[in-house]
This record gives sequence, structure tokens and C-alpha cells, in this order.
Amino acid sequence: MDTTTLAEVSGNVATIGYGLAAVGPGIGLGILIGKTIEGMARQPEVSGQLRTTMFIGVAFVEVLALLGLITGFLFT
Amino acid sequence: MGNLLAAVVSAEAADSGESKSYIQQMFSSDGFHAPSIAEFFPPAIFGDGTIYEFNRIMLIRVIAAVALLAVFWIAASRAKVVPNRFQGGIEFLLDFVKDQIVEPVMGHEGKKFLPFLTTLFLSIVAFNITGVIPFLNIAGTSLIGLPLVMALWVYVMYLFQGVKKHGLGGYLKNSLFPPGVPWPIYFLLTPIEALQVFILRPATLALRLAANMIAGHLLLVLCFAATQYFFFEAAGAMKAMGAVTFAAGFAFVLFEIFVALLQAYVFTMLSAVYLNMALEEEH
Repeated sequence: MDTTTLAEVSGNVATIGYGLAAVGPGIGLGILIGKTIEGMARQPEVSGQLRTTMFIGVAFVEVLALLGLITGFLFT
Repeated sequence: MGNLLAAVVSAEAADSGESKSYIQQMFSSDGFHAPSIAEFFPPAIFGDGTIYEFNRIMLIRVIAAVALLAVFWIAASRAKVVPNRFQGGIEFLLDFVKDQIVEPVMGHEGKKFLPFLTTLFLSIVAFNITGVIPFLNIAGTSLIGLPLVMALWVYVMYLFQGVKKHGLGGYLKNSLFPPGVPWPIYFLLTPIEALQVFILRPATLALRLAANMIAGHLLLVLCFAATQYFFFEAAGAMKAMGAVTFAAGFAFVLFEIFVALLQAYVFTMLSAVYLNMALEEEH
């Protein structure tokens, strides 16, 4: 009995990997920066310190997405 | 990916076989070529195959370093008490590192590290910004070598300063056994902290910078290659799409300028934070 193919993926499935890898860090950055803005709006006087801390956190979250980008080139 | 790379390489080989002029080669091709990682390995200018291989990216690094030195040489030799606009701009950059990065993170103790961090910031800006300068068009930091050297510099610096201040045992105790947790937690925490301090910090410093520049360059090449393809090869109404990709490319150029400055800021900021973590007393 023949099966009917409705959808087919050709080529390398790894190419969708970066899309998946960007989802988590995207959500993370949204929460991180949103919360920082919230904190700045509540207490503008500590905004300098909040911004510094935010950038340190952003750097850690962002590197996950970048690892996704690099592995796309490494493991093909 | 591998197929694509092979296709690009073979296409280039076929192109160079024919005697086309450079302009002809620029404006005629067979179909759309997506950019690939081969972008970052241009043919050697001289010394092909040896460890002294010198290619376009190396040349751009030399140009950026010379330009940076020249700008500061001129600024320093003409320094006046009342600054003109040029000197004002240079002083703004120097003050930015001092007031926005070193002072908030390290306090007054950071004064000792100000020359180091300023050098780091300015050289990263110079090597990043070549990615958007016409005719240079690739960032000096877009191959891992240069970011790696900078990250290793920071790595050796914070380990050395930490050991110098607390002694070897004190530094290891400080960074591997954070106080205030029940002792069984150390079985979990100490390996993680060791991985952080000795491997992940320098590795992520280098990777973050290089990966940002690689992604930025690929984005720009994709936009402008698509523009070229739509304008000169696509049929009929598809030519209008070229305007869209050109606008996107222009927007990404502006975005890349922002990213170049932001990455220099983040790199310097994290270096200051790591130095501060190595120096601070029992926390």
C-alpha cells in the first residue's frame, strides 16, 4: 500500500536549529530587559546600577543564542 | 552547508578561469549566491600555506591598528587646555570608559586598571567598526584569533591580580567556595564555579565578540547580495524587491555600528566585572 506524502523536508534539518536556539534566549532577554525597565521606572535613582547589572545578565543570556549560531556552522 | 561551500568554491574557481574583468564579474553571475562561512577565509595576499599567511582580514587589522594609533598620536600631540572639537571627541571616549564602565563597576580601586580597560575598549571599537567602513567591509574581530588574544589577556590579568592580592590558596577559596551555603552543596557548586572561572569566562568573552561580528557580516552580505541579484538578474516586478533588501541592508549597517559599539562596551564591562570579582574580599 502506498502512503501519501503530505509534507517532506529535504536538505539538512540542522538548518532549523538556530531558529530553535534563538527562542529561549529571546524570551530570556525579553524578561530580563523588561524587568530592568520596570525597576528603573520605580526607582530612577538606581538606574545606573540596574543598567550595569542588566548588561552583565544580557551578556550571559545572549551567548546562548550565539552558541546556537556557531554550532550551526560547526556541525553541518 | 558543506554542499553550499563546495558550490561557492567551485563557482569561484570557474569564474577565475575565464578572463572576465572585475566589473563584469561583479555584475554578472549565474543565480543567487548565499553568503557562507567561506567569506571569512579570503585568498592569501602572500605567504600562502605558511603560518605567516597574510590575507585581506589581516590587512584590515593592520589598517585599523595604524588608524587608531594615528588618531591618538595626533590628539595627544595637539592636546590643549581648551579642547577643540576633535580633542573633545577623543576625551569623550576616554571619559566614557572611566565614568560608565570603570567607576560604577570597580569604584576608585579601578583607577589602576583604567589604561588597560581603555586600551581594550578602543581597540575593540576600532577592529569592530571596520565591518561597516566601505572597501574594508569586514570586522577585524570576525575571526576568532583576535578576540581570543584579547580574552586571554583579560584571563591572565584577572587570575594574576587575584592570586597577587589573596595568594593562590586564598584566591581559589574565594572563587571556588563561595561562603554562605551548607557544605554538601560544594560538591555541586565547586565544579560549576571552576568551569566558570577557568574555562567559560574567557571562552564566552571571545566567542561573544567573534560570533556577533560573524553574524553581522553575514547579514550585511546577504542583504546586499540579494539587492544585487534582484536589481540585475531577477525578472520584471521582482526587481522592486531589490529596493526592500537595499533598505534592509542600509538599516543593518546602522544596526552594525550600534552592535560594534555595544560589543566593545560589553567586553570591557565584563572584563571590569571579572577583575573586580577576582579582587574583592570575602563575599
